[in-house]
Amino acid sequence: MTTGLTIALSKGRIYKETLPLLAHAGIVPKDDPETSRKLILDTNLDDVKLVIIRATDVPTYVQYGAADIGVAGKDVLMEHGGEGLYEPVDLQIAKCRLMTAGPVNAVHDESKRLIIATKFVNCARRYYAEQGKQVEIIKLYGSMELAPLVGLADRIVDLVDTGNTLKANGLEPMEHIADISSRLVVNKAAMKMKHERIKAFMVEIEQAVKERNA
Amino acid sequence: MMSTTTDERWLLPEGIAEVLPAQARQIEALRRVLLDLYDRWGYDLVMPPFIEYMESLLVGTGHDLALQTFTLTDQLTGRLMGVRADMTPQVARIDAHMLRRESPTRLCYIGTVLHTRPDGFAGSRSPLQVGVELYGNASIESDLEVLRLLVETLKVSGIEQLYIDLGHVEIFRCLVQQAGLNQAQEEQFFDALQRKAKPELQALVTKWKLTKEMADMLTALADLHGGHDILSQARECFATADKTVLAALEQLVTIADRIQEEIPSLKLHFDLGELRGYNYHTGVVFAAYLPGQGQAIALGGRYDHIGEVFGRARPATGFSTDLKQLMQLGRFCLPAPVTAVFAPESNDAELHKKVIALREQGKRVICGLPGQKQTATDMGCDERLVNRNGQWQVEAV
Repeated sequence: MTTGLTIALSKGRIYKETLPLLAHAGIVPKDDPETSRKLILDTNLDDVKLVIIRATDVPTYVQYGAADIGVAGKDVLMEHGGEGLYEPVDLQIAKCRLMTAGPVNAVHDESKRLIIATKFVNCARRYYAEQGKQVEIIKLYGSMELAPLVGLADRIVDLVDTGNTLKANGLEPMEHIADISSRLVVNKAAMKMKHERIKAFMVEIEQAVKERNA
Repeated sequence: MMSTTTDERWLLPEGIAEVLPAQARQIEALRRVLLDLYDRWGYDLVMPPFIEYMESLLVGTGHDLALQTFTLTDQLTGRLMGVRADMTPQVARIDAHMLRRESPTRLCYIGTVLHTRPDGFAGSRSPLQVGVELYGNASIESDLEVLRLLVETLKVSGIEQLYIDLGHVEIFRCLVQQAGLNQAQEEQFFDALQRKAKPELQALVTKWKLTKEMADMLTALADLHGGHDILSQARECFATADKTVLAALEQLVTIADRIQEEIPSLKLHFDLGELRGYNYHTGVVFAAYLPGQGQAIALGGRYDHIGEVFGRARPATGFSTDLKQLMQLGRFCLPAPVTAVFAPESNDAELHKKVIALREQGKRVICGLPGQKQTATDMGCDERLVNRNGQWQVEAV
């Protein structure tokens, strides 16, 4: 990583939607992570590698310099804390909303504390604190929608795209916490030591985003 | 209470390390080299206390340091005490309150500090902080001196291929003033600028309905980083800014040009949006980076107001770094490998005299003990004392 560029991406939607942006910057991976088991992908450029990691690990890899650049959802960055790395470009991909949701027409007894199930523990705590509400938070790793159905929680805080999963489980979106899209994140030290290369890369990416949304 | 199994009893707290002989020897050697270097540059060593009352420990430093400080209650007074997490404010107090000199004062220090949370990746919570501070002179000459000494420190530690990142916090501070932002707005903008989150910055200036001119100058801070050319870009960009902004920029240019001329091989980077330590920094700020290291390895800059609380504002500039980290990153090597003489176990007074004489010559002598089966080689000795016809002689093993 001392001279080349290492770019951290997560599989799935972010990877698919980032590929055209990378192509605009002249970077094309040689393997497909959906079919290959490799975790480090070579690209058409000898000194540019892609590392394929879990979405929630992207800020950690980039903050500590294991990757120079990464693509991370704003949800992940908000949960991570966001300090310690740069997030200069909104890629406007993988868009969705971070929302609270609960059973349709649920009535909450105001004398009791709300119990919130979520994997976004920090975001949820911050959001309810801003609303002046003291809540209990339960950390879950998936299938949040189940929690209110089985009486584990009153509400959930989760990403909402179409809202179909909520609907299918008798839930409805309630309060809007934040609009989410993916950001280009950059390691601070890399930005300073490889500024020529990274700045040029950022210009290409910004341009690709603009053209895509034109 | 958490139970500890016998197998885990040796475990140290996270981020707390012990240093074993080979590494300790290296660290100590580097410590001596650095303190000798600072001594030659006229910096006096001070030893601030490991623990003191919170009020004085955190003076003028802001929230971040408070979070990093371990606290405990003094059983004698009931007051809250903190274990130092950074020695810089302590040294500033020594200058402002204890020394009270009129002349420029140069101080250096080394000691273990304790952090509640590790700073970096698998980071230490007990760095061996070493640094220098220069008080009583507000000119860029003192910033330059400190910067030179930082480069020299890293050089003698065997660190090459250095990058120095330069910034100036007054540029941001004066622009905020010119734009008339209130404190809450300043904090919001600061938070987004620290992350160079350009879309967020743009959203903020639009929300606050700043003039286009003002908005452009503020948001430009997120883009004004890179090589020397960004300084001339900044000049154009801030053409209509307050004089103070331009004065700060010119200071930065002068410092950069001077240090580059003195050390042409030094790689400089500029970042006008770098606001590390914004709470207490008041001028030029700098950091050292090393390829392959995801985080800065040394930090420094100007902080002119910290002594105020002790009744005496003194211009101040300095840097600090972690000696244990320098040891790991650099190629500092001891000048000579360990050599030692083994003295066999014996009651002979002549042997004892010979051992004393050798030690006076600066030799390392290890004495055998009764019942010891290990040989000179086992004890890491390359020479040993042998009795030849009643005379004790040193022979190679």
